[in-house]
Amino acid sequence: MSRKYDTVIGLEIHVALLTESKFLCSCSTEFGAPPNSHCCPICLGLPGSLPAINAKAVEYAVIAGSALNCVINPFSKFDRKNYFYPDLPKAYQITQDAYPICGPGYLDYYVQDKLERTKIVRIHLEEEAGKLIHSGESIIDSEYSLVDYNRAGIPLIEIVTAPDITAPEQARLFLEQLRLVMNYIQVSDTKMEEGSLRCDANISLKPKGSPVLGTKVEIKNLNSFRALERALEFEKERQREVLEQGGQIEQESRTWDERAGKTMTMRSKADAPDYRFFPDPNLPPLNLDPVWIENLKKSLPELPLERLHRLKDQDRLSHYEAAFLVNYPDFGDLFEKVKVTFPEPKAIVNLLMGDYARLAREHGHLNPVRLGELLQLLADEVINKNQGKDILEELFKTEEDSPAEIVEKRGWRMLSDAAQLRKVVEGILADNPDLVGRFRNGENKLFGFFIGQVMRATEGKADPEVVNNLLREELEGGRN
Amino acid sequence: MKKLAYLLQSKQVSSIELVEKYLAQIEASEKKLNALITVDKKGALQAAREADQRWKKGENRSPWDGIPIVLKDNISTRGMRTTCASKILADYVPLYDASVVTLLRKQGLPILGKANLDEFAMGSSTEYSSFGVTVNPFDGNRVAGGSSGGSAAAVAAGETPWALGTDTGGSIRQPAAFCGVVGLKPTYGRVSRYGVVALAPSLDQVGPLAKTVEDAAILFSILAGTDPKDATSANAQEFNVPNWDDALIKGLKIGIPKEFFGEGLHPEVEEAVRRALQILEEEGALLVPLSLSTNVYAIDTYLTIVTAEASSSLARYDGVRYGQRKEGADSNTMFAKTRGEGFGAEVKRRIMLGTYVLGAGHYEDFYEQAQKVRTLIKDDLQSAWEKADLIITPTTPTTAFKIGEKRNPLEMYLSDLYTAIANLGGIPALSLPCGKDSRSLPIGLQIMANHFQEELMFQAAYFLEKKLLGRA
Repeated sequence: MSRKYDTVIGLEIHVALLTESKFLCSCSTEFGAPPNSHCCPICLGLPGSLPAINAKAVEYAVIAGSALNCVINPFSKFDRKNYFYPDLPKAYQITQDAYPICGPGYLDYYVQDKLERTKIVRIHLEEEAGKLIHSGESIIDSEYSLVDYNRAGIPLIEIVTAPDITAPEQARLFLEQLRLVMNYIQVSDTKMEEGSLRCDANISLKPKGSPVLGTKVEIKNLNSFRALERALEFEKERQREVLEQGGQIEQESRTWDERAGKTMTMRSKADAPDYRFFPDPNLPPLNLDPVWIENLKKSLPELPLERLHRLKDQDRLSHYEAAFLVNYPDFGDLFEKVKVTFPEPKAIVNLLMGDYARLAREHGHLNPVRLGELLQLLADEVINKNQGKDILEELFKTEEDSPAEIVEKRGWRMLSDAAQLRKVVEGILADNPDLVGRFRNGENKLFGFFIGQVMRATEGKADPEVVNNLLREELEGGRN
Repeated sequence: MKKLAYLLQSKQVSSIELVEKYLAQIEASEKKLNALITVDKKGALQAAREADQRWKKGENRSPWDGIPIVLKDNISTRGMRTTCASKILADYVPLYDASVVTLLRKQGLPILGKANLDEFAMGSSTEYSSFGVTVNPFDGNRVAGGSSGGSAAAVAAGETPWALGTDTGGSIRQPAAFCGVVGLKPTYGRVSRYGVVALAPSLDQVGPLAKTVEDAAILFSILAGTDPKDATSANAQEFNVPNWDDALIKGLKIGIPKEFFGEGLHPEVEEAVRRALQILEEEGALLVPLSLSTNVYAIDTYLTIVTAEASSSLARYDGVRYGQRKEGADSNTMFAKTRGEGFGAEVKRRIMLGTYVLGAGHYEDFYEQAQKVRTLIKDDLQSAWEKADLIITPTTPTTAFKIGEKRNPLEMYLSDLYTAIANLGGIPALSLPCGKDSRSLPIGLQIMANHFQEELMFQAAYFLEKKLLGRA
């Protein structure tokens, strides 16, 4: 980034709540059902229908707010946001304008190994719109469009951050951490590709160190974490060029074109609609019991950052290892279970981050008890690493036999008997007199070759340490 | 109604006979009145047949099983078109019943048809209907009032024993007064609004219209109660028809707000109301002069809130999902053409006004200001209840006016001068016939009570009705 400007970024994130029924009616929120099969008079906005708040959505919003360290407002209200669009059944969206359910909070997260904090301004509850399906590429070049109202009325929370973020990468890392938090507290499945996590970004530049914010531009249509970062990078450069050429930034909404890799004007400030917010007369204000709020706060699960610090401080894992377990909570949970029977954090995480991760992504996770048994065999030097890998692959085929039973059945027990191994070593040296000569003349790298030969001769069962010692004895003893 | 119930119970009359009798009356008077938009002959007769079967087996759903009813055409009826007297919903057939309709069906009431109204209940004369004006049964040149003009006229003309209306600023009470029937606007939230097409949700209430106070009370007892589908009915209480007791009148404090007896009130209306007050006084009631000075702001406040809420509530008629659609090159053109052709002039006027008062830069001056005044009006009413148990006023300044007489919308809005305050305050109010003017047009008297005090209001109305009828 240019040394002349500071980048200022704020995000508005929509998270679809994972309630079983919609926000204001009892229709199912199931994704992928046939179009318009989860609809009723309420979510279709039929004349005379009235909304009724889903208590579960309120609970999830309070849990989300608590996890983001927000003030939970015992009193909040619902407003109408009025605008016409074919996907909006009532031609107004029920949302919270003046009195949102959650006030200020923050989220801490790492950018590389530096802990950053981004402030949350507010979180409010609102309803989702339907989904337009165009006959052409977009609404502009389509002959007709169809509307699927299955999505209409699904509860959303909108999380608004302060303009605290200073770089596109940081914005992405913030959103990734936010997503992780939402997953940990199980209020949303946060699938960007299904639209259950969406993000709009505001970005402006200002002269380095200036307290005055520049004119901001809103970017929409950011459908992935990568898109968020790329769009912000593009926009930052675009704004810098405009400013450096003495131009001014127009306040506007721009859309991200993934294929073209650039943002394009969508709507200028002059065209911004007047939403005519006013309190929805059909919904009385929410009055939440402070005791109920406290209880929800107390019942929060361990959050990603807490877990990261615990893994680093108590389990003595590296930042990298801990982050792996935190970012893949299924691995994190498995780690905890294995630790019950085999309390060696480092060994467990090494196993999980190695071949296991690749195999588990393909086949699903193994029983933590079996993994504990495997780790124990390795620790007891009953088997070597190669054998460990073979046993792992066996376990992914069937977990019927324990690692110890596999060792017995296949005879994969590690060969540590020095006398037995010495014979093998002597045999190999006798078969390769040329190479022995070259090693003794200083070609050290041939040591690895001899080890490989011994392992091959013992079908990988040899204890590498014993082999190592024997070879050094035999070879170096006769070195010139 | 008790008589009809007795006749049904004692098998002296069948539901079929009742329904046929009312259908015959509809046939006879509709050409002149135009009180109904839809008559469901087949459905009503079918429901009557079923009611008769139940009576035969002794499985009647209620004492009123088989006594038919008419509903204002802004109350959703499953399978029966619900037009709101608007072109935009002329062919709209709801997929569901309003909660009040479910309650009526549970009691076994056959639905004769749907009554005319001002388009989307915006008006005070039923002249703003896309289905033609409803005529006053007492005078063919005069309006039936509105917006529940069809319901009131149908009851007055004997097309139905009772009817449902809706009241946002006087839309049950004013036509009840003009047509000489009893009409109740219940406490806000006491009757479910689920399925009742919204005009202004913070003011709308469904209520009964009937020939007598007791009939209105019986119908109200069917309607009142909490409905989980209407969040604003959360604290609603049920209502039981009381044992009528004249002794309650003695010592009852009747508030007489001077602002409701001032300029603009027709002398004949005032005389009739004063006569009724005298009857109460003779029975031992105490007449308490008081002031509701904030009522001068009631109409402006009411119009600001109504237009604001209506502009949003009616936005959904965009041609996308149901109702009339006029195609356009893009969605905005389609919205504009659909709404431009579908709505009548008064509806457009109110949507424009409402859009303005909610707009950026106007909200604080208009909508927010109106909400503050609304609070003052509520406070004013609250202090009145410290002095009086009930408040009695005329329902309207005049009796029914001539069709076409009020050409200026502002003049029309003043029809709600005495009634809008009850909607702004959320209190119950009832209109009761209290005599006739020199043209033999009915005069209405309004009784208002504190929240959920419908029972006391009914007691006073019942007593007055008895005395007034005795004198007539």
